[in-house]
Amino acid sequence: MTTEVTGAGSASSPHPGPSGQAPDQRSRGGRRGDAEQVRRTRELSTGFIVSRIAVLGIVAALLIYALPPLIQTEAWTALVVVGVVTALVAYLYLTPRHIPAKYLVPGTIFLIAFAIVPIVLTFVTAFTNFGDGHRGTKEEAIRAIETSSVTQVPGSPEYYLTIAERDGEMVFLLVDPATKAVQAGTAAGLTPVDGAEVSLTGKVLTAAGYTVIPTAQAAERDAEIAAFSVPTPGGAVKATGLSRAFEGKADKSYDAACDCVTSPSGGRWVADEVEGYFVDAEGKHLDQGWKVDVGFANFTKALTDPTISGHFLNVLIWNFVFALSAVATTFALGMIVALALHSPRVRGTKFYRILLILPYAMPGFAMLLIWRDMFNTDFGLISKLFGVHDWLGTPTTARLGLIVINLWMGFPYMFLVITGALQAVPRELTDAARIDGASAWAGFRRVTLPLVLVALTPLLISSFGFNFNNFNNIKLVTNGGPYAIDNSTVGATDLLISYTYRVAGFDSGVADFGFAAAISVFIFAIVATVSTVAFWRSRAQEEVYS
Amino acid sequence: MRIRTAGVIAAAGLLMLGVAACGGTNEPAATPSKDKGNGKLVLWTDPTRAPVLKPFAEAFGKENGVTVEVKEISENQQQTFITASQQGSGPDIMVGAHDWIGNMVQNGAIDPVQLTADQKAAFHPNAIKAVTFNGQIYGAPYAMENVALIRNTDLVPTAPATIEDLIKAGKDLKAAKKVQEILCVPFGAAGDVYHTYPLFSAAGGSLFGTTASGDPDPSKVTVNTPESIAALEKMKALGEKGEGAIKTSIGNENGIPSFVQKKCAFLISGPWSMNDVKKAGFGFDISAVPGFAAGGQAKPFLGVQAFYVAAKGKSKVLAQEFVANYVTNKDVALALYKADPRPAALTAAADAVKALDPNAEKFVQAGANGIPMPAIPAMGAIWGPMANAEVAVVKGGDAKTAAEAAAKAITAEINK
Repeated sequence: MTTEVTGAGSASSPHPGPSGQAPDQRSRGGRRGDAEQVRRTRELSTGFIVSRIAVLGIVAALLIYALPPLIQTEAWTALVVVGVVTALVAYLYLTPRHIPAKYLVPGTIFLIAFAIVPIVLTFVTAFTNFGDGHRGTKEEAIRAIETSSVTQVPGSPEYYLTIAERDGEMVFLLVDPATKAVQAGTAAGLTPVDGAEVSLTGKVLTAAGYTVIPTAQAAERDAEIAAFSVPTPGGAVKATGLSRAFEGKADKSYDAACDCVTSPSGGRWVADEVEGYFVDAEGKHLDQGWKVDVGFANFTKALTDPTISGHFLNVLIWNFVFALSAVATTFALGMIVALALHSPRVRGTKFYRILLILPYAMPGFAMLLIWRDMFNTDFGLISKLFGVHDWLGTPTTARLGLIVINLWMGFPYMFLVITGALQAVPRELTDAARIDGASAWAGFRRVTLPLVLVALTPLLISSFGFNFNNFNNIKLVTNGGPYAIDNSTVGATDLLISYTYRVAGFDSGVADFGFAAAISVFIFAIVATVSTVAFWRSRAQEEVYS
Repeated sequence: MRIRTAGVIAAAGLLMLGVAACGGTNEPAATPSKDKGNGKLVLWTDPTRAPVLKPFAEAFGKENGVTVEVKEISENQQQTFITASQQGSGPDIMVGAHDWIGNMVQNGAIDPVQLTADQKAAFHPNAIKAVTFNGQIYGAPYAMENVALIRNTDLVPTAPATIEDLIKAGKDLKAAKKVQEILCVPFGAAGDVYHTYPLFSAAGGSLFGTTASGDPDPSKVTVNTPESIAALEKMKALGEKGEGAIKTSIGNENGIPSFVQKKCAFLISGPWSMNDVKKAGFGFDISAVPGFAAGGQAKPFLGVQAFYVAAKGKSKVLAQEFVANYVTNKDVALALYKADPRPAALTAAADAVKALDPNAEKFVQAGANGIPMPAIPAMGAIWGPMANAEVAVVKGGDAKTAAEAAAKAITAEINK
């Protein structure tokens, strides 16, 4: 009731006159009066205040939790978004106004965060070469190339290191293991140190004019030590941890003038902004690359590369067959079982229901692996029952097997929702049909099924969408196999999603996220089209029956 | 006015709640600026190794006056590490298999580790070879593993000298109804390039050519050379339409259990099978996987577990200290071995435990001819196509067709 009162008040609030500053305020005051009344009745409930404090407290806690890492990684956009959303939520639930928004905002926030943002990110990624070897920026790639090319200067000593200070400046005290000679390394270079006391392990204990920094304090100055380097004629002395140092030299360095990486030994790799790699004259590239925009390249590759597009149609057909039969079989079995238990003559329905829900309650991953082992050629239960056959190694039986496994995994869900829908079908209707002379089948076909379908069509569509992308079943049971001898790219039971997973290199551990995103966009388009058509048709159906 | 008061009370209450919820745990961590190093070292590893490494990491922390956090990453460690590193929430030290190195380097996720000549000499040469990539050492190895032939000595007292002998012994036992299978080598419906590599290599097969410096060369894929095709032919002869020694029905999930249940007298597996095999209650022995009567030696893949310094860590000097100077210490390596008995990569530690655990030493001996698993990113392109080719020949398919198809798919993936 309260909602209606305030909602109606604000909707019909008068806005008199173009220069209605004063009246407008008055009207606002009036509305506040209404709201105050509403509020007064609400304030009586302490539960209301406590629950509101709790909810807003959690929101504030999330904000405070998110702040330090966001500030630390300098993610200013995300910080602003988090701040604005928190402020919005706080405002919304502390003001008596905007009643409808109070109901809509939480769902909308989750919709944006968990559906729209991932979709947008997938679309954006599809236009890049983001993946292993191309994860970071060009600067990061250059830094990695230079760092990984540092080698010890041949013949240089492998120093023991002690971190010290002189006049507040950091100094590396370096002990040559062979001669025990001590040198002080500063940003200016190396200078000998006389009369230092050195331990057996090569640590400098005391040195005149220098203050040795204890290890624990040195450990706190990690970044300073990491950045410290002592120039030498052959390169630079850098720390290897807190106790050793070496004289190293970078073999590769970046030259901004030619936008290339050069090596004194003659190598030259020019930046290729299309590929995101430094490439030499022979076309060989350095390992470390960076992320670049590739336009529609991922999409065109999916459509034109024969090793990919050549199998697309076959995979798509099997994908539809799998998804449709998954929905049809689970729905049919779920319906039969639900109807059987819906009959008033059945005793012990609770017991049967618990049994039937078990497959749904057990962890799917474990069940899939057990099913896979039951189909084992030599040792599996199926072979023991029906004779030895290479069940998952033959395309037809592998496909049938997957549908059977999916049926076992999926029918309890259908059974549950159909049971719910059947409860909502009034018995008078089925009774009336019987009195009118309809057979049991006709009654079911013409009365029960249409009424149940009205409620269940959206669930069937979502079940189709889920099974269209039923990655777990395929990945854990057959991994897409069996494969033809001359084709290791696509197997007989591959769905688009498992096929994408392989083609994008996730199986091999070297992932191409950009390409995977492009294929995901195709899959998204297919599922969205099918769902839209199905919803559109189900609405027509609803109009007929209700 | 009353609304205001209510609002203010609510706002104050929720702020207090927020502070109460977060203040206790968050604020101390947030105060020291993380950019300047915070005297804290974070190490990531898998769940089995985490409890083992924890005491050592804490001892290191005490020694250097820093706090050390050991975090377990339950799965997908490599990808998790690379992704987290990229966004700045990764660890300082990563523990993992050496064949990750290529991918971690191309993503700029790890830094080279400068080991002294003495330190390098203290490791098993194969371990150092495994962690060397593009001429740089990228990690400190601590354990090595490879597959070997494990046999039930109650059924087969002497180790077979050749694969032919092995098959004959297995067939005789099968004919005598003492076992059901000739050999248990994990293969499975999807194929297993790793476990069958000793057989493939003994038959003359190879995956990559080598560069001038002796590293695997991704531009020379050799799975369809005449030698490799001949090797696949030999695998076909051992397969389901031949001897029946390699079967798709024996995989990782039932390979070791089948051996333990005496369904087969021979098992090809690694040190990780020891826990189960020791409990089986029959005599067993470990020897190198033999070669074919006419042909080369079996070369199992060597896997090396190593510590890596994260390139984007916050305490890099500490991480370098831990990796280059702490875990390379003999006493630490010895203690690590005692907590987690895998063949030690540090020769001194391996020698010290020889007497304690002869099995570990036997695995090391069995891996003497082994080759470090290629760490180049292109290796990722091998697994799928090569496994499919092996499944095809084991089921009786044509070796040449399978090899050509695999080579084509691998090359396409590498040049992607």
